Amino acid sequence: MVGELEFERPITELKKKIAELKSFMDEKGIDLTDEITSLEERLSALQNDTYENMSAWDRVQVARHPERPTTLDYISYLFKDFIELHGDRLYGEDEAIVGGIGMFHDQPVTVIGQQRGRDTKENIRRNFGMPHPEGYRKALRLMKQAEKFSRPVICLMDTKGAFPGKSAEERGQSEAIARNLVEMAGLHVPIICIVIGEGASGGALGIGVGNHVHMLENSWYSVISPEGAASILWKDSTKAKLAAESMKITAPDLKELGIIDEMIPEVKGGAHHDPEEQAKRIEAVIQSSLEELMNLSEEELVEQRYEKYKNMGEFTFVNDSIAVK
Amino acid sequence: MLKDFFAKKKKYATIPTEKMKHDVPEGLMTKCPECKHIMYTKELKKNLLVCQSCHYHYPMSSFERIGSLVDEGSFTEYDRNMISENPLEFPGYLEKLESDRMKTKINEAVVTGDATINENPVVIAVMDSRFRMGSMGSVVGEKITRAIEQAIEKELPFIIFTASGGARMQEGILSLMQMAKTSVALKRHSDRGLLFISVMTHPTTGGVSASFASVGDYNFAEPKALIGFAGRRVIEQTIREDLPEDFQTAEFLLKHGQLDKVIPRHEMKETLTNVLKIHSGRRA
Repeated sequence: MVGELEFERPITELKKKIAELKSFMDEKGIDLTDEITSLEERLSALQNDTYENMSAWDRVQVARHPERPTTLDYISYLFKDFIELHGDRLYGEDEAIVGGIGMFHDQPVTVIGQQRGRDTKENIRRNFGMPHPEGYRKALRLMKQAEKFSRPVICLMDTKGAFPGKSAEERGQSEAIARNLVEMAGLHVPIICIVIGEGASGGALGIGVGNHVHMLENSWYSVISPEGAASILWKDSTKAKLAAESMKITAPDLKELGIIDEMIPEVKGGAHHDPEEQAKRIEAVIQSSLEELMNLSEEELVEQRYEKYKNMGEFTFVNDSIAVK
Repeated sequence: MLKDFFAKKKKYATIPTEKMKHDVPEGLMTKCPECKHIMYTKELKKNLLVCQSCHYHYPMSSFERIGSLVDEGSFTEYDRNMISENPLEFPGYLEKLESDRMKTKINEAVVTGDATINENPVVIAVMDSRFRMGSMGSVVGEKITRAIEQAIEKELPFIIFTASGGARMQEGILSLMQMAKTSVALKRHSDRGLLFISVMTHPTTGGVSASFASVGDYNFAEPKALIGFAGRRVIEQTIREDLPEDFQTAEFLLKHGQLDKVIPRHEMKETLTNVLKIHSGRRA
């Protein structure tokens, strides 16, 4: 069993017990089939119960699972003839964001996504999936190229945040993200964004302004990481669990708030249990999004994005008599 | 028993709370936090809240700022009565808003409207760092977006003075989405060939820095304003290296090509007037 998480511990233990009984039966030649069957039934009930009642914090753990499929994993399942393209043409190459062109079924597309490392060495190379300004500028270059050749853009979001460092500030991290928001607003081709893991703040949004925005069931998307929220709101980063529960950061929460279009269900226990099956579920959602958006004209695409974001937010009015001043 | 009584009394000695400190009325004299120079408060206000000795720029309230820029009697405010709700049912949030409304006498962290600056008509938005650190929640995003829409409708330049710690935590993802919302509006404004001037004042950080503040046709800033994406402490913890003294100041950004110009407060109205004149000249 790979990287079991804390909330899954009872499941692991029960599985272990079943395995022990089986080997005992084989060794000693005693028939324990009834016991095993009953335990397996219990296991299945326990799994259903655990995975259907995941807390926000449980989902955060799944989203951060070291074996959770990354952008490049999904690209290999979803896009044929994918060619990765590098560099922002201004400063350098940022491996925390990958991008390129490929075929989605019969449709040429541009794909962009934040890329975590799958081991320590790769994580260092990819800066743990935390982009610098050149990553966002590479993404923008590829989006503009997609616009020129009328290709839809598919963005896979998975980042702990844009890199908070000296070099990033010097090269204009704020401007790089801000520019992307404005340019994505006006792009003349469909943009489909999918949060596949962690969606932390402006760092995620920097490739996240789309016609459709979807989320995998166990991903999270928030104005700040649970740890960051805890340290700002309660001056205590160990309250991350509490922050995760109260800040409405899970796919079901964001679906209810009307921030995302679709919640893409995950395979039982999380995407890492069956990346290929998970890719199929993502494929179906991209397919239906594309079908819908390919019918819109350039103007309608921009208009649809305008209306989508214009409607986000909650506010009210007080009447003059009780307003201050 | 007598001893107990005294002990108890000691324990309850009054410590001035944060709120009380803010409520201290402004005195006759004011001491500059930078150079400790002592000035008449009246003189300081006449000097646009700039220290006469070291030119430290005090934070300005939205209406002080508007008063220092626009032609007298020309300002018409938009959406003055729009207030925040508590979408995530965050404990204590509504009380904090109410206390800031009382303290600042404004309903939210931005004031928007139209006015003329030396007879040049503009739509203007001015953030106020006294209200929840100028943080952007739904109301700030909506008011700015509506102001930009007014600018589009009236074909006017849009000027924003930013002062914000970033996105407002208590509204969670809705705050983040205000970055996208203001951006779609700015894009439409820009596509109509209209002028957008961003003036960053102390402080402009986080989600505000990473959205409208950084994408003006002209990006200006006040001297020494703190401007940046991530907080200094976060960066120090992340990279464990010493940061230069002027890190994330307006001057630092200018040096690194992120700003068009640093403009002292006394020259602000004149410089904006010049830019507006040059832009209106083209259309005539």
